[in-house]
Amino acid sequence: MDFSLSEEQQLLKDSVQRFVREEYELESRRKLVATDIGYSEDNWAKMAELGWLALPLPEEYGGIGGGAVDTMVLMEEFGRGLVVEPYMSSVIIGGGFLMAGGSEKHKTELLPKLGAGELKLAFGYAERQSRFDLNDVECKAEKSGDGYILNGHKGVVFHAATADKIIVSARTSGGSRDADGITLFLVDNNCNGLSRRDYPTVDGLRASELELDGVAVGADAVLGAVGGGAALMEEVVGQAIAAICAESVGCMDVLQETTNEYLKTRVQFGVPLSKFQVLQHRMVDMFMECEQARSMCYMVTLKIGDEDPVERAKAVSAAKVQIGNSGRYVGQQSVQLHGGMGMTDELHVGHYFKRLTMIDTMFGNKDHHLKRYADL
Amino acid sequence: MDLAFSNDDLAFRDEVHTFVKAHLPADIAESVRRGRPIAKADIQRWQLILYNRGWAAPGWPVEFGGTGWNATQRYIFDEVMAEFDTPETIPFGLLMVGPLIYTFGTDAQKERFLPKILNGKEWWCQGYSEPGSGSDLASLQTKAVLTGDHYLVNGTKTWNSSAHIADWTFCLVRTSSEGKQQEGISFLLIDMNTPGIEPKPIISIDGAHHLNMTYYTDVKVPVANRIGEENKGWTYAKFLLGHERNSITEVGLSKQRVRRLKSIAEEERTGGKTLLDEPDFAGKLADAEIALTTLEYLSLRFLAEEAAGRPIGAEASMLKIRGTEIRQQLTELTIEALGYYAAPFEMEQMSDRWNEPSIGPDYAAAQMPQYLFSRAATIYGGSNEIQRNIIAKMVLGL
Amino acid sequence: MDMHYRPEDLAFQAEVRQFIQANLPADLADKVRRGLHLDKEDFVFWQKKLNEQGWFAPHWPVALGGVEWNPTQHYLFQNEQVEGCCPPVIPFGVRMVAPVIFTYGSEEQKQRFLPDILDSTAWWCQGYSEPGSGSDLASLQTKAVRDGDDYIVNGTKTWTTLAQYADWIFCLVRTSTEGKPQEGISFLLIDMNSPGIDVTPIITIDGSHEVNSVFFTDVRVPAENLIGQENQGWTYAKFLLLFERSNSLTGSLKQQLHRLRGVARQELTGGAPLCADPAFAARLADYEVQLRSYEFLELRTLGNSRPGAEASYLKIIGTDLQQLASELTLQAVAYYGNPHISDALVHGYNEPSVGPDYAAPAAPQYFNYRKTAIYAGSNEIQRNILSKAVLGM
Repeated sequence: MDFSLSEEQQLLKDSVQRFVREEYELESRRKLVATDIGYSEDNWAKMAELGWLALPLPEEYGGIGGGAVDTMVLMEEFGRGLVVEPYMSSVIIGGGFLMAGGSEKHKTELLPKLGAGELKLAFGYAERQSRFDLNDVECKAEKSGDGYILNGHKGVVFHAATADKIIVSARTSGGSRDADGITLFLVDNNCNGLSRRDYPTVDGLRASELELDGVAVGADAVLGAVGGGAALMEEVVGQAIAAICAESVGCMDVLQETTNEYLKTRVQFGVPLSKFQVLQHRMVDMFMECEQARSMCYMVTLKIGDEDPVERAKAVSAAKVQIGNSGRYVGQQSVQLHGGMGMTDELHVGHYFKRLTMIDTMFGNKDHHLKRYADL
Repeated sequence: MDLAFSNDDLAFRDEVHTFVKAHLPADIAESVRRGRPIAKADIQRWQLILYNRGWAAPGWPVEFGGTGWNATQRYIFDEVMAEFDTPETIPFGLLMVGPLIYTFGTDAQKERFLPKILNGKEWWCQGYSEPGSGSDLASLQTKAVLTGDHYLVNGTKTWNSSAHIADWTFCLVRTSSEGKQQEGISFLLIDMNTPGIEPKPIISIDGAHHLNMTYYTDVKVPVANRIGEENKGWTYAKFLLGHERNSITEVGLSKQRVRRLKSIAEEERTGGKTLLDEPDFAGKLADAEIALTTLEYLSLRFLAEEAAGRPIGAEASMLKIRGTEIRQQLTELTIEALGYYAAPFEMEQMSDRWNEPSIGPDYAAAQMPQYLFSRAATIYGGSNEIQRNIIAKMVLGL
Repeated sequence: MDMHYRPEDLAFQAEVRQFIQANLPADLADKVRRGLHLDKEDFVFWQKKLNEQGWFAPHWPVALGGVEWNPTQHYLFQNEQVEGCCPPVIPFGVRMVAPVIFTYGSEEQKQRFLPDILDSTAWWCQGYSEPGSGSDLASLQTKAVRDGDDYIVNGTKTWTTLAQYADWIFCLVRTSTEGKPQEGISFLLIDMNSPGIDVTPIITIDGSHEVNSVFFTDVRVPAENLIGQENQGWTYAKFLLLFERSNSLTGSLKQQLHRLRGVARQELTGGAPLCADPAFAARLADYEVQLRSYEFLELRTLGNSRPGAEASYLKIIGTDLQQLASELTLQAVAYYGNPHISDALVHGYNEPSVGPDYAAPAAPQYFNYRKTAIYAGSNEIQRNILSKAVLGM
């Protein structure tokens, strides 16, 4: 049992920290968010150059062969910087699907490009009626010759506008909430029949609504087994949740540190706010939430590779519940303890709070994962 | 970073498992399962079994009779103990005064006291709080006046768990009223059979006698029974509070509780199905389990830090806060699971001498007392408010 | 003790309801119902309507334009307004500065200011907080120095709600640095068109422009605009704070709940409506029970003529519930809390909505409502007041 970072991991951490320090001043981020694509292609190129886009990819496909802990280290620092580049969508989820379900051809052709920053991916899974159930899929894929015709809708697809290819879940058989019969397809963003409505999200990212109207794909667009998409999604989304837990821990730590500092410097009634016991205890509770979130982040990172699928699923849901609870408390109380300043767009506090709030929704909120945990 | 167990670890796990399975007396396990109070003799019996195997004090250094296990092995040992209905460790000797004696005591003190703590022959209790000194422990007034080769102790200690069945007590006493309050306190080991010591029962809200008020009238304590230097007792007490905070996490005990609670929820029915299948209750149970897993990984992080030679500071207060909160969450959920059968309160039912059929299910009787007494957990060992003060000051610099 | 409304109260309720139906345009009600942004004209339109009916300032003395309603009628009136989706009355003039003026102001001040407040020709805003004076309001530093018949005001006020619309501002200013901080404060009415006043927007985390910083540089204010006596402003401010805290929230909480229920009926999970999901249903029920308990707490305090310490606990519990409802609504819309198209909150936005049309305000409202536990004396300050004034600690 060991919770320390290796030397390489420590170096990675230092280098991401440096990147965040240099590129992610709140003002720079604000400018990025306001651009057309909502992030910086220069940053993306830099991430490729530093090897981060290839970090979790296997070495035989040009990757670095990093593990879950490496991803955690990187994502935590991204969380501290509120990084907006599509790392999660493209590398963790997109790369995850290619690694877990891609054919040899997919891997050889796509993974090296992904790692080099020449290919971006997105993942469309949510539908209007699906809420957080990955298996609630009404989007249809019908066999047509060797390939398939896709019809349906995908909602809130993060970073779809800038992706080259979008991984879409569609039903090849079964009823609308059956686990069996879901297939994942790799769809070109500019293909016929695919239309997008792009928009910004409250936490400064980009997402799109997708309409698939007779989108034709070949048999080689299928990722994994036909009808076997549910297991594949569970595996990759589990990894994504582990990564988002790390991002969340980074966000929370910034809020905790900033709020602590604010209490020590903000003077009211002739003394720093930190002298009021009621605020001290609130601060302690925030600190404890951060430490608990970090503990569960380590837990899920170390268990995401577990062979037992139930053990893995429990780890994922338990961590997501804790991160949801902690993120809510730390976010809300950071705003509260900053008073009016916490409400302003000018201060970074509100931006972290918004990101933490939306992280709870990603891949199922606390209620969803509590129920999933109880059912396992 | 990794969690993986080596083959040696797995072999060790099997060894502990096999041993506990073979040697845990069935009658003790049954009492633990039903949540009954465990008699002193039964705790001593189990302690002796562990002692004979060399496992009495997993946390002690080998030279004093400990196991010398690494952090992983200690974790595995606790895990296995929690898997069975083993009685909880009484902290006062093994977890509190023991480490204090081998850290600060003289050789003579080590020889005199440690073996009997290890084999469970001598039972200890703690003499800290006083009627006027609760959260503000340093204001304590019990006086010890040096007269020749002994101290003369006068005063009153309170909330002393097990003082009525203890052989020894470790006490904080005032030896000076100069300077800061903390600077006039000494740490004495006192034989409970010394003339002038009188424990009186305090009956707690669960109806039981765990606690005592202990009166000291001209009690003679040999100077040789003082730990370390005179007026340095506060330092030793702080060291000990740190130890207590670690042990108070009670992850193992809480795991036992979760297991018991699940089996109760499998028996209890609502709307024609088991309570375990009722979504709202299942959600609450999941919530508690996740909180416990979180605490477990928090303490594992600390354990790993300590094993790497980086002692944990005031952060350990978190373990006390969360450990006791979770204990209360679980005892409360258990009461909720029982429905009406939480109410019957027949003290006799809780002893193993009770021969009548149980009122309601047999697991019910002990739960309400456990819930009620668990309210003490956030008060003792430095109330959770005091723990938050400690973190605010020592960790956050507020 | 009697929990029932009397027949005359019920008749009154029906009258109010009828008035709203007859006078509130459907598109305005719809804007309010959907939580869209309201313009200045929307507020003023409705306030004028109320005034035409003689109902704009019901709590004023009858001689000045108030109405002789019993506490139950006041309560019913407020709640009918909310349930009918009327634009909320902007409190700064009619509910806040007006009571100060008619209680402590001179005859000239009453005649000069009250009519414009009553017919909504003058929009007021509040100049209390400063960058360095939040919870500790009495530490305020904006200076007013007497110069002949004028005061010259210098300093900065902040969190000034809707100052961008305001014609007048009522300000707490420092006129003395002697003695306790509370003893050197005066209460000034300042024309927002005076030279030297500069209003700068503060954008809040939900992306909206509701609050402002107001900078005062050598602003001349006629001494006749001083309320009461110099250095007695703190007394008037305390009087006013009680009014600020004593708004009934039951109506707006019920409206939030109503909206939330509507969302939970339309959102699906596992093929069934969200409101049938046991976990969400339990949360909704829990919220409703808390709301009922709040409503009865409010009703119990109705008979008290002067709002006292109960205003503090009503504020704490009421704002907690406002926040909770907004949080549950955000949870209910799930992924569709993410899209953020600021124009979608403006009436007349013609694009089809992203996701369901009720989703767009969910996240902004949740973020915006974090303010409720901060403003008008943070909930921590309210607890301080309660522990001191009620519990004697």
